[in-house]
Amino acid sequence: MKIRAQLHGDVADIKVLMFHPMETGLRKDPITGDVIPLHFIQRVVAAHNGKTVMDAQWSQAISKNPFVNFRIRGAKPGDKVTVSWVDNKGEKASIETTLN
Amino acid sequence: MRTQPTPEKSPRRKFLRDFAIGSAYLTAIAAGWLRPVYLLAAEWNKAAFDAKVLADTLKDIGAISVVDSDQIQLKAPEIAENGAIVPVEITSRVPGTQAIYIIADKNPQPLVAIFDIGAGLEPFISTRIKMGESSKVRVLVKAGDKFYVATQEVKVTIGGCGG
Repeated sequence: MKIRAQLHGDVADIKVLMFHPMETGLRKDPITGDVIPLHFIQRVVAAHNGKTVMDAQWSQAISKNPFVNFRIRGAKPGDKVTVSWVDNKGEKASIETTLN
Repeated sequence: MRTQPTPEKSPRRKFLRDFAIGSAYLTAIAAGWLRPVYLLAAEWNKAAFDAKVLADTLKDIGAISVVDSDQIQLKAPEIAENGAIVPVEITSRVPGTQAIYIIADKNPQPLVAIFDIGAGLEPFISTRIKMGESSKVRVLVKAGDKFYVATQEVKVTIGGCGG
């Protein structure tokens, strides 16, 4: 995962890139012809100093290597922003950044 | 003095104790007392995400009546050469925006994403979605018990779901 945070006054602009295949379950392996199983991020949660500010539910129709941009109000230097995801197989990842 | 087998030494006791503890955990999980942190809010809306036609999607997210709104700004390309990556940016000026829904009408399952907007978040989301074919992109905003909508037609040159 990658995260980039920029403070504009008291608004933190957060851009996140996740590394995930986001398989739709409709694609076939070009060599074997087997269907590649559904595999996608289902849940993304963003927290500002430990308090949830965004809670997202996703389908397989979010693009591969998902990108999301959101803005947190009432932010200041030193605040922590955490973004976590979990997919339909229970795999998960998390990233944290400190605003400056 | 009779020596009592300690719980650690007696396999039967240990089994009974572990079983009791395990049962307590299972009961707690089933009752919703213990949940993984990331599931503290609503459950993933399986019914809505599995819905194959728009009418069912809307029903499953609870959007019985939906009002057109010019308070929702939806930025998406008019022509997307690659349906696998369609950028979508939403800004809601609907007072009390609680959630933003992204729907691609003609996708195999129309509902793409639900973003719950907490008190500390601007009602703004930018992301990239897949579209199987040319269709309307529909953004719903939930405020209180009302739903508002903005739509835009996106022409897709190469579909992005199968392939």
